Amino acid sequence: MPALLTIQGMTHYFGGLRAVSDFSYEVPKGSIYGLIGPNGSGKTTTFNLITGIYTPTQGKILFEGKDITGQKPYKIVRGGIARTFQNLRIFSSLTALDNIRIARHYSMKSSVASAVLRLPSFLKQEKKVRQESEALLDLMHLSHRSKELAKNLPYGELRRLEIARALATDPKLILLDEPAAGMNPKEVEELMNLILRIRQEFNVTVFLIEHHMKVVMGICERIKVIDFGETIAEGQPETVAKDQKVLEAYLGKRGA
Amino acid sequence: MAKLKLPKFLIAAAILYAVIEGLYKTELINGYILHIINQSLVYVILAVSLNLINGITGQFSLGHMGFAAVGAYVSGTLTTLIFKVTPTAPEGMLVFIFSIVAGGIVAAFIGFLIGFPSLRLKGDYLAIVTLGFGEIIRTIFNNIDYVGGPRGLLGIPKFSNFTVIFIAAFLTVVIIRNLIESSHGRVLLSIRENELAAELVGIDTTQYKVLAFSIGAFFAGIAGGLFAHLLQLAHPTQFGFIKSVEVLIMIYAGGVGSITGSVIAAFALTFLSEGLRIGIRFVADTTGLPIGGEWRMVIYSLLLIFIMLFRTEGLMGTKESRLIKIKEAE
Amino acid sequence: MGSIFNAQQIVNGLQVGSIYALIALGYTMVYGIVRLINFAHGDFYMIGAYAAYGAFFAFNAIFVDQTGVLAFIVLVASMLAGGLVAMLANRLAYKPLRYKPKLSSLITAIGVSMFLEYFFSAIPSIGPSYRSFPDIIPRVEIQLGSATVSNYVIIDLLVAAVLMIGLTFLVKKTNLGKAMRAVSQDKDAARLMGIDIEKIIGFTFLIGGSFAGAAGLLAGMTYPRIFPYMGIQPGLKAFIAAVLGGIGNIPGAVLGAYIMGLAETFASAYNSLIGEGIAFAILILVLLVRPTGLLGEKVADKI
Repeated sequence: MPALLTIQGMTHYFGGLRAVSDFSYEVPKGSIYGLIGPNGSGKTTTFNLITGIYTPTQGKILFEGKDITGQKPYKIVRGGIARTFQNLRIFSSLTALDNIRIARHYSMKSSVASAVLRLPSFLKQEKKVRQESEALLDLMHLSHRSKELAKNLPYGELRRLEIARALATDPKLILLDEPAAGMNPKEVEELMNLILRIRQEFNVTVFLIEHHMKVVMGICERIKVIDFGETIAEGQPETVAKDQKVLEAYLGKRGA
Repeated sequence: MAKLKLPKFLIAAAILYAVIEGLYKTELINGYILHIINQSLVYVILAVSLNLINGITGQFSLGHMGFAAVGAYVSGTLTTLIFKVTPTAPEGMLVFIFSIVAGGIVAAFIGFLIGFPSLRLKGDYLAIVTLGFGEIIRTIFNNIDYVGGPRGLLGIPKFSNFTVIFIAAFLTVVIIRNLIESSHGRVLLSIRENELAAELVGIDTTQYKVLAFSIGAFFAGIAGGLFAHLLQLAHPTQFGFIKSVEVLIMIYAGGVGSITGSVIAAFALTFLSEGLRIGIRFVADTTGLPIGGEWRMVIYSLLLIFIMLFRTEGLMGTKESRLIKIKEAE
Repeated sequence: MGSIFNAQQIVNGLQVGSIYALIALGYTMVYGIVRLINFAHGDFYMIGAYAAYGAFFAFNAIFVDQTGVLAFIVLVASMLAGGLVAMLANRLAYKPLRYKPKLSSLITAIGVSMFLEYFFSAIPSIGPSYRSFPDIIPRVEIQLGSATVSNYVIIDLLVAAVLMIGLTFLVKKTNLGKAMRAVSQDKDAARLMGIDIEKIIGFTFLIGGSFAGAAGLLAGMTYPRIFPYMGIQPGLKAFIAAVLGGIGNIPGAVLGAYIMGLAETFASAYNSLIGEGIAFAILILVLLVRPTGLLGEKVADKI
């Protein structure tokens, strides 16, 4: 069975700087795959390339067998790939509920005119979006924050909110960029359970970038390690963890 | 089912209309005051439409009066030069309304044309380009002799009265409010909050930015047309950069992102402006000091600086009065 | 068609380009260091012109036959006025908003610009009407081929050149210049290196404003009419020139300014309407085709 996401020989230059080099990966449907590497190794750039923020200088990205290389981000999202951001890109002045509702917008089929005229079809759609969004917040244990302005939420809940927002787009594949950043051990534990749960309940494939070894070891079925944009190892977490090159990349030549 | 406050807002508006009409008919307020009220209402339309672009969608446009110019000249040309109607003629009102709407539509189209290429730019650059386009529009009208060139388009019939302008302002507020309080409005807000994130939840941000621009331009065009038929002329100097800044001051004073704020500020600043003009002249006359009308603008600019330095959120911040905001079902 | 590209137009274009260059440098330096389009910059040019005017009439009785001294005083006055007002604007209006959203600073700059224009226009002794600028140095005209060149052209080009060379020296060879470049590139790193950011920013405004002031003097001499709104058009064109060259880029500002000066002169000679609009046409073209300008580098936003 072909993989859900296939990346072939992706290379990307920013001017003269090569950020990603000959990146190839296949993420099967229903899996939880990982991408790790030291800071600045090109992980987020890889996500940016997959989601269309940049068009790769070379290479191809295939999703469900179709070539999505160079497509606009909003088209890729509508095609079934969602993502969260390393530095959180929440709609701060809007409520948690609104954050989710916006992500449900493109699935809404009501025109601007019907909104202005407050037609029954519009009201029905609004109700549907509202209910779906509230249900999602509930699933993510964020109902109590529904009316709260996002900027007032504590950090851990913000990360959950962003994941919830990504899920609101009905994705088949969700890219999580360092979801465990800044979390304490208890929160990390909860996050891991959350990721396993969403794979189950939302029938979604997970591709994540992480630094937290516990998360990587705990839930990733397969990981790829990159440094300076180049792949230095790939395989099962336990194997990769012992790889000499990986240890060198993280700890430096003397520390390995 | 979303409970609409529309009936309450409608009632409030109706009361306001009746009160003002009553005051005028019983001569408690004279034609001069009514004229200022009319101007305030036109500014309401300008401010609310600019707020849609700048405040709600977060696109900094500095050429708003360019759209008003388009509306003014298009509608003025239609009523004065092409159809040559007067308020007394039976079909006059119909032609007038048609012309105003036509002016709005042409302005919206210009907004669309300008929006598309410009909206790739961010922040400062977008501001400069919109400023540039506003000036280009003004320069073009300044050079078309058919509409009077530098002398302006004169002799426009006085179709704009309190009733017409009030209804137009009312509809503007309702339509834009309805737009904002909807999924589409939330999309516009998301573009303001974090455009990249909006893209990454499936929003075609370009489409929505152009939409905001076009709708804002439409209403600015309407305002321009109404103005032209109130003052009975359309002149290039009415639509320059400084005029766009005056509308900008209004939305910042009222609270960027708040329709209520824009409405209040439009009234407050129009009256303030007029009050300053009279006050300065009075002081100049009584003291004999050579105080010119420019001091009004000096005070205005200081007001702007003051708002930016000390209360950027203006009067209302991003809040709406309960009259305007649609309360959603619990 | 070839007739508009004659020597006279080239001379005129270079002359106005010199003035634009001095103004454009201020725009580009300030943008480079605080990422602000200082709308009020054109008004520093206006203030410089008025300061020169005032200085001339204050001192010409004293230095009756010493044209050179008088000229120097007038130049210093214009530069000092432009620079000090710039620094004041920065300190009072821009500094408080330094770390707020950039839009606030932009709007404030618009407010400052409006204030300066209307304030100068409102003061009765300065007033909104035009004033004739005195001939500080007697005007002499020379024939160079088909072109009539006045000594004012030479003066404009010379003063501009001297100031630009001075700036280049400052930026490249002095510690101050190095600090300015550091703050432009990375404020936080510069701060960590012990550089007083606000002092450097203030200094940048001083230099930028003083150049604009000098430009005002040259303009007053060359097109001998000054009025409170004289800074609007040249300011806008100089800004567009800076964008053309690559905003933030010093050589770019100079390049853009001379291109703008020449383009405008040729366009006006051909058709006055096109002459009016050429600046905006250039702006829109640059922003849509190559927003970083001719010499600017693309600053990648980290996503």
